[in-house]
Amino acid sequence: MNFKIVGRINGEILLLEAIFMIPPLLISIFDGTAGVTRAFLESMAIIIFTGVALMTFTKDAKKKFYAREGLVCVGLAWIVMSVLGCLPFYFSGEIPGYVNCLFEIVSGFTTTGASIVPNVELLSRAILYWRSFSHWVGGMGVLVFLLALVPTDSKGKGGFSVHLLRAESPGPSVGKIVPKMRQTAMILYLMYIGLTVLDFIFLIAGGMPVFDSVCTAFGTAGTGGFGIKADSFTSYSPYLQNVTTVFMILFGVNFTCYYLLLVRQFKAVFTDEEIRLYFGIIVVSITLIAFNIRHMYGTVEETVRTAAFQVASIITTTGFATADFDKWPVFSKTIILALMIVGACAGSTGGGLKCSRVLLLIKGLRRNIHSVLHPQRVQVVRINKRTVSETILSNTNAYLSAYMSIIIICVLIISLDGFSVEANISAVLCTFNNIGPGLAEVGPASNFLAYGILSKVVLIFCMLLGRLEIFPILVLFSGSTWKKMG
Amino acid sequence: MNILVAGIGKVGMTLVRQLSAEGHDLTVIDYSSGVLENCVEDYDVMAIEGNCATMETLEEAGVENADLLLAMTNADEVNLLCCMTAHHMNSKLHTIARIRDPEYTQQAYTMRGAFALSMVVNPDRSAAREINRLIKYPGFLKRDTFAKGLAEIVELKVDEKSALKDLSLFQLNSTVKAQILVCTVLREGNAIIPSGDFSLRQGDRVFVTGSAKDLAVMLRNLGIITHKARRVLIAGGGRISYYLAKTLLEQGTAVQIIERDEKRCHNLAEALPDASIIHGDVSNQYILNREGLEGCDSFVTATGVDETNIVMSLYAAKKNVPQIITKLGRAENMEIINELSVGSLVCPKELCAASVVRYVRAMKNQVGAAVTMHTIADGQAEALEFVVDENTRHCNEQLKNIKLKDNVLLAGITHKGRTIIPRGDSYFVPGDSLVVVESGQGTVLRLNDIFES
Repeated sequence: MNFKIVGRINGEILLLEAIFMIPPLLISIFDGTAGVTRAFLESMAIIIFTGVALMTFTKDAKKKFYAREGLVCVGLAWIVMSVLGCLPFYFSGEIPGYVNCLFEIVSGFTTTGASIVPNVELLSRAILYWRSFSHWVGGMGVLVFLLALVPTDSKGKGGFSVHLLRAESPGPSVGKIVPKMRQTAMILYLMYIGLTVLDFIFLIAGGMPVFDSVCTAFGTAGTGGFGIKADSFTSYSPYLQNVTTVFMILFGVNFTCYYLLLVRQFKAVFTDEEIRLYFGIIVVSITLIAFNIRHMYGTVEETVRTAAFQVASIITTTGFATADFDKWPVFSKTIILALMIVGACAGSTGGGLKCSRVLLLIKGLRRNIHSVLHPQRVQVVRINKRTVSETILSNTNAYLSAYMSIIIICVLIISLDGFSVEANISAVLCTFNNIGPGLAEVGPASNFLAYGILSKVVLIFCMLLGRLEIFPILVLFSGSTWKKMG
Repeated sequence: MNILVAGIGKVGMTLVRQLSAEGHDLTVIDYSSGVLENCVEDYDVMAIEGNCATMETLEEAGVENADLLLAMTNADEVNLLCCMTAHHMNSKLHTIARIRDPEYTQQAYTMRGAFALSMVVNPDRSAAREINRLIKYPGFLKRDTFAKGLAEIVELKVDEKSALKDLSLFQLNSTVKAQILVCTVLREGNAIIPSGDFSLRQGDRVFVTGSAKDLAVMLRNLGIITHKARRVLIAGGGRISYYLAKTLLEQGTAVQIIERDEKRCHNLAEALPDASIIHGDVSNQYILNREGLEGCDSFVTATGVDETNIVMSLYAAKKNVPQIITKLGRAENMEIINELSVGSLVCPKELCAASVVRYVRAMKNQVGAAVTMHTIADGQAEALEFVVDENTRHCNEQLKNIKLKDNVLLAGITHKGRTIIPRGDSYFVPGDSLVVVESGQGTVLRLNDIFES
């Protein structure tokens, strides 16, 4: 285990985080909220000090870097980033209690959007900005950002960057889109920035105030879901709701597809099985829910718009809401719950199990059923007409079992707090899948404040486990990770 | 530049290492996902799994936007098909194929237009040439030629009896009575670019440059006589042995080849009527002794197994064979192997990769790109030849006024067909060619890179 290089990268991440805090600092100075300005300055001082200290101690770091270092590095970076990133909330006193602050920032970075703030309209603008911006950085990943920024020197850094990208990016198999890692990271971020700006322009055009547009665009792009209004999205105009619906769905698409569109490989995108499954699920869910809730809303337009917004919000794991779906019929609620698990496409900013994994699981299952009927039959699983390796299939199965066992354990722990089964299961599901609001006591109209400290810590880990796809966090708790080898 | 590397074997991997260090965009193609996985983990490249000779795979690898294709799989036929297919899809593509089978060599060259080949590389033949050069000029381990043969870099080993032992570089020219320059010293695995007060020690490997004439004088004065080998014993009857034996026989040297496989022996006997082909296990000392290991002038170990080659060479060293040449397929453990008395080392994949890298550099066609490139000191230093043009900085300035970067040494100036060792008052003008030695990390890509900015 090469601790020094891990420390060094963590130091670099912290310096980056301090830079990210400059815009909210300026906002707080502009607004004249002295307490918040001081909170940001103090936080930045601590972050810079820690970052510089880490980098000084690890100056002589060796380049040795394997998958293990990649996983540990990403897992640690996200924890360190959160532990220090929540300091502005804590120092400003706008969110009481350190664990609550940590919950809020982890919810931000992991693009969950589950909040413990009873009324967000009471928060200052700088704090609101930092909350929403954490979604944006967390969406594409902060280490990917670092890869795009830091020039890789020519020798021996290849593995370094691949392991980081793999550990931070969601999906069963992560590859580059162009030969150079730095360019891959840059292309990803440029497309991400481009789409975010586009969303922002559409929102401004609909008459949304600039600050609201920025925060909403960040929340949509990262598929996060922190609102800046107490009623999330309900009071915005139908146009703004529709724009957001479309952009939520767009940010849930694998970013490689946008690159393929840019280089004019349209066929590859439109025949992609994951994309087809993703849009298929969206259309079917909207239709079923709209039919199921048709008596609750006045017009057909409002019914479809509301159903579409909620479906888009949940499947992309954003978590904005224009309706309290907790009050919907059970059938619709169950669909919502199922969408929580499915999640968005691999390689997008969304969370959940990912459509590609669902596809692999379905196809793998079908093969197993066939092999019961024809034991001697040799079968391969194909996706997009390409054979999927057995390693990927077994990894996907392993992922599902890890996913299920962790969810059961977490539900068990938080049920100590005595809330309803529905609330507990949906709380774990919507934090693990990085959605935000759940059902019953944690529905769109309420928040997570009522849970006890232990439950909050468990949910914080759920969010991190879900965003980083379990293994980067899990290896931190594995004894062999910390053993000295070589 | 956008380069596709098809086939990640020994040569492919070496190429990926060198070309990615030079900052090219590399896409590697192989049918084994395990190999690709390793490659992606070690280098910043994109990997495509599949058969490199199919249009589907080539399209996926982005052949339309590629500048160069390196077909380096272990099958000649696949390499040829790969180049033809790729060239069909992108007519601007340059292609380099590895062709190993002697039966194809001639036709690959004659039909290079039809096969769409820009260049053919043959690791075995390059290795055979290198070994032949070593046999012709014993006493030094390696020899590289620059400026159309006018300047050379040779490698000498400082042993117990050498006159170079404990000599400081100030005294060097007077000791050997020739104008030469030490450009790199490899000591304990580290390449050093020495200054004048540097003193040579036993065990050093010294890379010396100078004009061909001066080097000949030096070799004579050091007591290293270039004599003609009369009898060469080759262990292993692979392709390298075939190419080597053919050249040696043409030069009138007697050749014995020991090969384990009987069928291969018959093939060799057919192809090389003048050589004596012995069917037997090379690791059998009895056979070696019977075939006159002790009396031969040079002993070449060229079997397919590195370990066997090393052990055989050690045995020959014990029997005091005057010259021993060891072929190594892998170059990973050079540091350890150099400690052993296995004579000169020849690594086909390194030779092959060097010629491809040279082609890539020439193709870049940038102002002042290197004309030739040789890797010396086990890949830790490079000797590059540049042609001075109008854009070169510091033309007509005396060298003592020019500040060069650390780790960079100007080793030779060839002006109008005469090579000189640069001194403080030397200068260069457009049209000259310069030999530059650098032990950095491949940072010198253009001539102007050698100057301190």
